[in-house]
Amino acid sequence: MEATKAMLARIEAVEPQIGSFITVTHGQALADAEAADRRIASGEMTFLTGIPLAIKDIFLTEGIRTTCGSRMLDNFIPPYSATSWEKLHSHGAVLLGKLNQDEFAMGSSNESSAFGVCRNPWDRTCIPGGSSGGSAAAVAARQATATLGTDTGGSIRQPASHCGCVGLKPTYGRVSRYGVIAYASSLDQVGPLTRDVTDSAIMLGALAGHDPKDSTSVATPVPDYCAALTGTVKGLRIGLPKEYFIAGLDPDVQKTMDAAIETYRRLDAEFVDISLPHTDYAVATYYLIATAEASSNLARYDGVRFGHRAEDAAGLLDMYTRSRSQGFGAEVKRRIMLGTYALSSGYYDAYYVKAQKVRTLIMQDFMRAFGDVDVILTPVAPTPAFKIGEKSDDPLQMYLSDIFTIPVNLAGTCAMSVPAGFSAAGLPIGLQLIGKPFDEETILRAAHAFEQATEWHTRKAVI
Amino acid sequence: MNISVADVEKVARLARLELSEEEKSLYAGQMAAILGYVEKLKELNTDGILPTSHAVPMENAFREDAVSPSIGIEKALANAPDRVESFYRVPKVIE
Repeated sequence: MEATKAMLARIEAVEPQIGSFITVTHGQALADAEAADRRIASGEMTFLTGIPLAIKDIFLTEGIRTTCGSRMLDNFIPPYSATSWEKLHSHGAVLLGKLNQDEFAMGSSNESSAFGVCRNPWDRTCIPGGSSGGSAAAVAARQATATLGTDTGGSIRQPASHCGCVGLKPTYGRVSRYGVIAYASSLDQVGPLTRDVTDSAIMLGALAGHDPKDSTSVATPVPDYCAALTGTVKGLRIGLPKEYFIAGLDPDVQKTMDAAIETYRRLDAEFVDISLPHTDYAVATYYLIATAEASSNLARYDGVRFGHRAEDAAGLLDMYTRSRSQGFGAEVKRRIMLGTYALSSGYYDAYYVKAQKVRTLIMQDFMRAFGDVDVILTPVAPTPAFKIGEKSDDPLQMYLSDIFTIPVNLAGTCAMSVPAGFSAAGLPIGLQLIGKPFDEETILRAAHAFEQATEWHTRKAVI
Repeated sequence: MNISVADVEKVARLARLELSEEEKSLYAGQMAAILGYVEKLKELNTDGILPTSHAVPMENAFREDAVSPSIGIEKALANAPDRVESFYRVPKVIE
């Protein structure tokens, strides 16, 4: 209860400067905290009992408004909850609120949210990253102990990197997507954003596992992720893909990667030069597959059963069209248009099927590389956080900033972002550790060993 | 890559979106730039490569065909913009 009250006070104090939340669930938080106190008194606690968390507004919460950052769902009160949140709640976790995000998780800067600007706690003129911008900013601004996000093309790892926290995208199928509002169903995955790697391992342990309500979740046994944090990476084979260390890399990012590699060398890890030859095609592949799936997933918003409905429609078709046009923002419309185009008659094979074939090549790149190495180390993003408004007029430039995170979603494997340093201007920079499918243990171990050897995760944004 | 306003109108009609004149010309330019960029996939020979629609190798996910509780009519209709009894009400379909 004390932890929850302190966190609610903190949210109230700094929220006007950050904008991490769409809804603060004050009453729910106090009720959850009271239940947690009773549980603790009866001795039935776990690591998560009474821990104040906040979750991206993409997760359905029964009886609590869930907007997905869109005017379309301004008034939507879900009739059931997402499995991932139910799992955390069943441990006695406390819900502080629902976090800001890009509309329908489409964006890399949180600027497409219909519910106001979210700012980077390290520099309030910069974006926090996206689409889980609120999830990263809330951890960095110490408005929640940990948060939940979703990652379709980097939406957990990129904001975690920009805000200096730990962000984990598990393997596709590791965590249930039931009750998570769909963007691109073959790429979407749920994961935690935390202050350190141990918290990430605890959260993943609670989230992972098969869910009968999500037939794409897998029954692979859930290991004890905390037991994986041995502190040693001696002999670990780390791959450095040449396609990720390119001339155009921001000098601060390059310097941070060089220092991280040196740290791992001191810890007796081995480095192997590798190649992921189809990296340069990943962004193009992603923006065809993701938009195609989105155009299909977002067809459900028609004004009939829930969400926004236009007034005074002339007929059913007019109601669909006007409800959708009024409810969706510019980026969502743009992606629905692109996806509809890619799936339309005459273009389906040239765009959509072609992209699915290149996706196969990208997956094969990773599988081949993982024959030689245990993990792959890369930057998370080519630059530190950019300024609010800097890329909002040029969607293609915005899409290209996801170049290092997108291939992982296409390959379906796991990866995490770990704080690894700061730019000259004082903005956090993360390193990305990519693991084999369902081998979250090894990236957590590698991340933890790095964390033990450095102090980046202990730095706090001044707010 | 050239995308005309007429192309944009056609796609918008398929997507059930109504765009303003400014949106149409904005999207025509932006879609042309993005689709021009994705043209680079044509550089790759993908003959004989199978398309991937799902990254995790999976067989069909079967389950027992058993009845389980559902949320019920009241809860299911609670978000309806317009309803009559246990139905969603929509504008007239046939003139």
